[in-house]
Amino acid sequence: MTSPETNPADTNPDKANPDTANPETARWTFAGFRRGALDVLPFVPGITGFAMAYGTVAARKGMTLFETLLMSATVFAGVVQMVVLDSWPETLTVASVAGILALTALVNARYIMIGATLRPLLGGEPARKVYPTLFFLVEPPWLMSLRYYSKGGRDPAHMLGGGVAMYVTWVTMAIPGFIAGASVGNPKQFGIDLVMPAFFVAMLVPLWRGPRRSYGLIVGGVAALATDFLFGGFWYLIVGTLAGCFAGVFNDD
Amino acid sequence: MIEKDAFGFFVVLAAMTAVVYVTRIAGYWLIGRLVIGPRLRRMLDALPGSIIAATVVPTLVQGGPRAIVALSATALVMIVVRRDFFAVLAGVAVAAGAFAFGL
Repeated sequence: MTSPETNPADTNPDKANPDTANPETARWTFAGFRRGALDVLPFVPGITGFAMAYGTVAARKGMTLFETLLMSATVFAGVVQMVVLDSWPETLTVASVAGILALTALVNARYIMIGATLRPLLGGEPARKVYPTLFFLVEPPWLMSLRYYSKGGRDPAHMLGGGVAMYVTWVTMAIPGFIAGASVGNPKQFGIDLVMPAFFVAMLVPLWRGPRRSYGLIVGGVAALATDFLFGGFWYLIVGTLAGCFAGVFNDD
Repeated sequence: MIEKDAFGFFVVLAAMTAVVYVTRIAGYWLIGRLVIGPRLRRMLDALPGSIIAATVVPTLVQGGPRAIVALSATALVMIVVRRDFFAVLAGVAVAAGAFAFGL
């Protein structure tokens, strides 16, 4: 890796150079990576509980520990893994595999929207760094990076750091769940099941900019609720997001 | 079951990995190839709020009184203190308390 455009900050973050000297222009620094990892710490208990639950389900389904961890390390999408395990077919046919993949795409379709919001943040960065970073894209670092950028942060390593921290947690915490088998306690007892929704609610408060500038938020929520009542499944996320997105055109500037 | 067809399992896993990765990069890739006019910009501005509202509102309603009380506490603390860490902590604490009270 000695291409001429390689930034010294990539490989040698501690060495003083013009880029790291100025926090306004610093890019892909270890300091940004570490800050991103620290910013997602509040999510660790929730992810841990979810990973343990996944390990438990995988053990019950007859998967080996190696297969369980390999799925976490490659797919790295909790809801997808849970849903697919739950509906794994008795025999693999072309049709049943196509069903698994359609389910995977549907459950994860919200990431198409999430990824779109990252274009203004990462659009100026080189593709060879952005596309590997996007492998680690999950909601907590996305939320934290939106906040970090809105406060003036500009280091894309922030999201990579958060993503890697979530990745390590997600893969390793499936081990105790797998070993414990069915004996994971009730996450509701400690409110762990509501950590993610609570963070979403906390994010909504500053996003609320008065009724005439928040049509997307209002329509998105109402459409999702209506779709959930009528159809169930995961459609509410897609319908709510698209409806909110189109309603946002009518927001006052 | 999964054990009986280990080879098939690895093939499906590889395909799932590809599908998930495509969902992660598709939005970023697509937007870079579109000209962003004022309408599209407003839609993109509305996107984070839409996704978050669409995710949380059904959770709120389906979660029953426990979720409503806990997430209201989160919203209240956030409005007053403007620190999301304390807002989440308050919500989780209220949820644990509500569970203890049988909600």
